[in-house]
Amino acid sequence: MEQYALLLAATLNAGTVLAIAALGLLVNEKAGIVNLGAEGIMLCAAVAGFAAVVHTGNDWVGFAAGMGAGALLAAIFGVLVIWLNTNQYATGLALSLFGAGFSAFAGIGYVQEKLPERSQFAVPFLSDIPLLGSAFFKQHPMVYGAMAMAAVLVWFLYRSRAGLALRSVGENPEAAHALGYPVRRIRLGAVMAGGALCGLAGAYLAVIYTPLWVEGMVAGKGWIALALTTFATWRPARVLLGSYLFGGVTMVQFHLQGIGVDVPSQFLTMLPYLATIVVLALISRNPAWIRVNMPASLGKPFYPGA
Amino acid sequence: MLKLEPRAEISRFWTLASPLLALLITVLIGVVLFAALGKDPVRGLQVFFWEPIKSSYALGELMVKATPLLIIALGLAVCFRSNVWNIGAEGQFVMGAVAAGGVALLADKDTGRWIVMAILLAGVFGGMVWAGITALLRDKFNANEILVSLMLVYVADMVLSLLVFGPWKDPQGYNFPQSKTFEAVTKIPKLMDGSRMTIGLLLGLLGAAGLWVFLFRTKAGFAQLVGGLAPAAARYAGFSSRRALWTALLVSGGAAGLAGALEVAGPIGQLTPYVPAGYGFAAIIVAFVGRLHPVGIVFSAILMSMFYIGGELAQSRMGLPKSITGVFQGLLLFSLLACDTLMAYKVRIFKPFRPVAQQNSAQQAINSVVKSTAKGGA
Repeated sequence: MEQYALLLAATLNAGTVLAIAALGLLVNEKAGIVNLGAEGIMLCAAVAGFAAVVHTGNDWVGFAAGMGAGALLAAIFGVLVIWLNTNQYATGLALSLFGAGFSAFAGIGYVQEKLPERSQFAVPFLSDIPLLGSAFFKQHPMVYGAMAMAAVLVWFLYRSRAGLALRSVGENPEAAHALGYPVRRIRLGAVMAGGALCGLAGAYLAVIYTPLWVEGMVAGKGWIALALTTFATWRPARVLLGSYLFGGVTMVQFHLQGIGVDVPSQFLTMLPYLATIVVLALISRNPAWIRVNMPASLGKPFYPGA
Repeated sequence: MLKLEPRAEISRFWTLASPLLALLITVLIGVVLFAALGKDPVRGLQVFFWEPIKSSYALGELMVKATPLLIIALGLAVCFRSNVWNIGAEGQFVMGAVAAGGVALLADKDTGRWIVMAILLAGVFGGMVWAGITALLRDKFNANEILVSLMLVYVADMVLSLLVFGPWKDPQGYNFPQSKTFEAVTKIPKLMDGSRMTIGLLLGLLGAAGLWVFLFRTKAGFAQLVGGLAPAAARYAGFSSRRALWTALLVSGGAAGLAGALEVAGPIGQLTPYVPAGYGFAAIIVAFVGRLHPVGIVFSAILMSMFYIGGELAQSRMGLPKSITGVFQGLLLFSLLACDTLMAYKVRIFKPFRPVAQQNSAQQAINSVVKSTAKGGA
């Protein structure tokens, strides 16, 4: 039983990386912007976070560095697509390609670096409960942070005035503009917030989850996070749940290898990618359902006064 | 303050000038980057833009790397022009290489030269099948082709890895994860002695001519273009969007697969986990920088090949990491997208409206009038 508790714990941990990134992308997309650069942002933030921890020894400085790097890259992307009206797909793709190259370039000196051993986090008292304790209460604070983030996001999007403005910009920017909302600034704010969260996810991956830096280490998690927002039909709670499901798929491969199932490791590595394709196909099968839930102006540029 | 003013029509001048301006910006950033890293920027420019063209051997190597980029980007141009976002050409390249490698491994000492044809066709087929999955899921399940094609890149890498670590591993290969070296008969014919250029380059150039005819001189190509530019108009004209989707993905998948076949049976000569070299992703940049036009793509493929060779030389001669290539590739696409704004917009410099300042100047005008009348009166 204990091993299943540990599997569950590992699932939550793996899902956290996806959850933070996907919640960030959800904020982007609720404001009407698709950021295909998530993968590149996560890679650069992973290097930034890892390097910051190597030099300062403080994980939280690493997270802050990752968020800063993410927000900065997202700001460049944002200015291009929001003010210069460049194609969102092409620009996001440019960011992903640039991020892959830049992170490999900037991270070359950190490939052999190791981070100091850390003590395991544990919630007092609760972590002593058998099974449940090791499944749920011996996690890094960021795991609980991701859950709290989803809750805050539900409140922000559906219960706050600012959230309403953000959603209106994603649904109907012309109407929001007519009401006097600064549509382009709201969009930039959403893009930068989303970039910061993708950055946090990248930093968490390199500093806590793995923890080391290897070229291309994000390995498609940014793209899976993008797919997750569609799976979740743009709802924060479902994004969180979907992230844990995909975290579970990643973990099942290690579990199967651990109990000695004789399947080539390549099949198991494929699993998360194949699962993404299958779920995407199943969810997208009903175009009407997607259309009802998708922010109406997703991916469309907005020119005030045109 | 700067303001963007929409142009009445797309500027022809900037359509051509924007890639050049983007290249200039990338070079300038590169110079700053070299200087910041404490390297001689002039030496850096030399390594990227002079060394790859200074001898006939170097030129040949330039073409060797440009060939796969050219072939893949031509296929992608059909996709992007039809507004189909296939970004998984890397995966289609790998599956083309796997299929071609499978055929090449069948050859033995008595096999005839026809095997080369079979290898190329297998490559095209492999790429088409892989892109076909994306087309099928888009067509039948409405699944986003960006995500599906990209996820399939990772799957293709794993298929290759599975084969070279497993059934196709060379028994005499000291347990290295690679297939045996292909028989000499499978080698893609070279263009000339003393260079590694193959007939792949000719196929690429023929492909460019073929693409030009297809896009601009055939009805099917026209349907493809209209579907991308104005889906509603295409529907009204009776052009099938499903046919456009399948055409775009099968053409680009086939092209990427062909490039994969030319690589494994050409310069590489065996299947290894290092077959995926990022050409499929770089070709996206090649396609955009080449304006999705066959002629433009020929030039941008050569430019991108320079970046690759420059990166390798920067590593061996200047002690810089090879990954600097990826930085420049990304920067080039970024600057291009920004410069492309100039195609559709004019930049106007305007003075922000300041009521207070205007009041002052109005006051001054009144004052001067008052003064002059006062003078006149006296």
